[in-house]
Amino acid sequence: MSHGNMNLTLKIWRQNSAKEQGQLVTYPVTGISPDMSFLEMFDILNEQLVSKNESPIVFDHDCREGICGMCSMVINGRAHGPKTGITTCQLHMRSFKDGDTIVVEPWRAQAFPVIKDLAVDRSSFERIQAKGGFISVNTGTAQDANCLPIPKNDADASFNAAACIGCGACVATCKNASAMLFVAAKVSQFALLPQGKIEATARVKNMVAQMDLEGFGSCTNTGACEVECPQGITLENIARMNREYLVANCKD
Amino acid sequence: MSNTSPNFITSSLGKKYLMGFTGLFLIVFLVVHVCINACIYFNDSGVTYNMVAGFMANNIIMRILEVGLFLGIVLHVVQALILTLQNNKARPQKYAVQNSAASSTWYSRSMGLLGTLLLMFLVVHLANFWVPTKVAVFNGEEHNTFESLKPVFSNPLILTVYLLGLVSLLYHLLHGFQSAFQTFGLNHKKYTPFIKAFGFWYSVIIVLLFASMPVTMFLGLIK
Ligand code: HEM
Ligand code: SF4
Ligand code: FES
Repeated sequence: MSHGNMNLTLKIWRQNSAKEQGQLVTYPVTGISPDMSFLEMFDILNEQLVSKNESPIVFDHDCREGICGMCSMVINGRAHGPKTGITTCQLHMRSFKDGDTIVVEPWRAQAFPVIKDLAVDRSSFERIQAKGGFISVNTGTAQDANCLPIPKNDADASFNAAACIGCGACVATCKNASAMLFVAAKVSQFALLPQGKIEATARVKNMVAQMDLEGFGSCTNTGACEVECPQGITLENIARMNREYLVANCKD
Repeated sequence: MSNTSPNFITSSLGKKYLMGFTGLFLIVFLVVHVCINACIYFNDSGVTYNMVAGFMANNIIMRILEVGLFLGIVLHVVQALILTLQNNKARPQKYAVQNSAASSTWYSRSMGLLGTLLLMFLVVHLANFWVPTKVAVFNGEEHNTFESLKPVFSNPLILTVYLLGLVSLLYHLLHGFQSAFQTFGLNHKKYTPFIKAFGFWYSVIIVLLFASMPVTMFLGLIK
C-alpha cells in the first residue's frame, strides 16, 4: 500500500429501473489508495453499503482488464473518466486528488435504457450486429486464409476496426448519442477483406437501418467519439461507412 | 443476407448527404456573391456594380439558378431541422455534468444554433435588398441597387446585425466545410489536412471580404 490515501466525495446516479426517476446520491469515501482502480473503489463502497443494510450500487464490469467493454461510467462528464484510451476498469485513483468530488452517471441514450443505477441495456448494439456484423461464407482452414493475398494496409485497417469492444463510449460521448463510430468499425472490419466483400451491400444498408431504428442520433462530425474511444477507432471508419453506404445504394 | 433497409434519402446517412451537398452548393454560391459585391470597390458611384447586378437580374440562367439557390437553402434548413430534432430526442435524459470541451469544439456542437442565427440574418438581408429590388422590377420602376445600399449601411444597428450574422457564418463554415467532405466519405491521410486548411482559409477570407463591405460603406469610403 502506498501512502497518501485519499478522502473523496462521490455523487453517484441511483435509479431503480428504466421506468423510475433517478437522482444523484452523495457518498463520502475515506482511505482510498491511489493504486486502486476506479472499480475497486466501488467495491469498497458497496461493501460498506451492504454492511449498513443498504442496497449496493449496480454497475457493469466483467474482465477488469480493458477488453470486454462492460464498465460503462461517465465520470465527471467524460466517458470512462478523465484519461483517454482506457476503460473505467483501467482508470486508477491516482488520477484524482484528495478532497475531489467525483460525479458518476450511466451512459445516457434513448437506445441505452438504464437497467439499474449505472448499468444500461446495450442490446441495441447486439441487434445492429445481428443485422450484418458477420460473414456467412466458409473461410476454410488456416491454410486457405493464408492463400488469400490481402494488402498489409487493408489487413491492418481491418484489424484496427475489429479492435472495437462495443463499450458504447462513442454513443455516451456524442452530443447526438450517435452510434456511427461503433457501426462504422463493424462495417469496416469486413468491408476491407475479400471475405467480407460478398455481403458488403446488404451489410451496410441493414446495419444502418437498424441503427436508425434503435433511436440513435445521426453524425454531425464533431469527432468527440474518436477522442473518447478506448480502442482508438478513428473517424476514417465513419467516412468509409458513408462511402460504402452511398455505393450500396447506387448498386440496388 | 437479404436487404431490408428503407430508402436512401429517409435514412440518417442519406439526410446527411443532402445536408453536405446543399451546404457545399451554398459555399460555391457565397464565392459568386462575394465576387459580385466586390465590384463596389471600383469606387465609381456604383457604375460597375449596377452593371453586374443588372446582368444577374435580367439573365434567364441566373433566374433559374436563383430558384435552385432557394431550393438549396430550404432543403438545407428542413433537413437541419429534422436531424437536429432527432438528435435531441436520442438523449432524453441529459447529463448532470458533461465535459464536452474535452472532446470537441463548441462550434461543431452548435451548428443548429449557428444555422438558426444565419437564417435570422438571411431574413433581414433579403428584406433589405432582395425584396425592394423585386418590388421595383414588379412595378416596372428603375432601381439603382448601388444607391439602395447606402441608407441601409449608414445605420449602425444594421451594421451590427450584419457583423453578427457574419460571425455566425464564420463558425458555421469552420466546422461545416470540412464536415461535408467527411460526410461524403472523403477522409484520407494525404488529402484531409489540405481540405481542412483550405476550409479554414476559405471561411476566414470569405467572411472578412463580406465584412469589409458594410464597414467601408458605413465609414463612407465608397462613394
Ligand atoms: C450561407 C448559408 C449556409 C452555408 C454555406 C452552410 C453550410 C453548411 C455546411 C457545409 C454544412 C456541413 C454539412 C455536412 O456536415 O455534411 C452545414 C451543416 C449544417 N447546417 Fe448549414 N449552411 C448555411 C446555412 C444554414 C442555415 C440557414 C441553417 C439552419 C437553419 C443551417 C443549419 C445547419 C445544420 C444544423 C448543420 C448540421 C451540422 C452538421 O451536420 O455538421 N445552415 N452547413
Ligand atoms: S467504437 Fe470505440 S467507443 Fe465505440 S463501442 Fe467501439 S470501442 Fe467503444
Ligand atoms: S471491465 Fe472489461 S473493459 Fe472494463
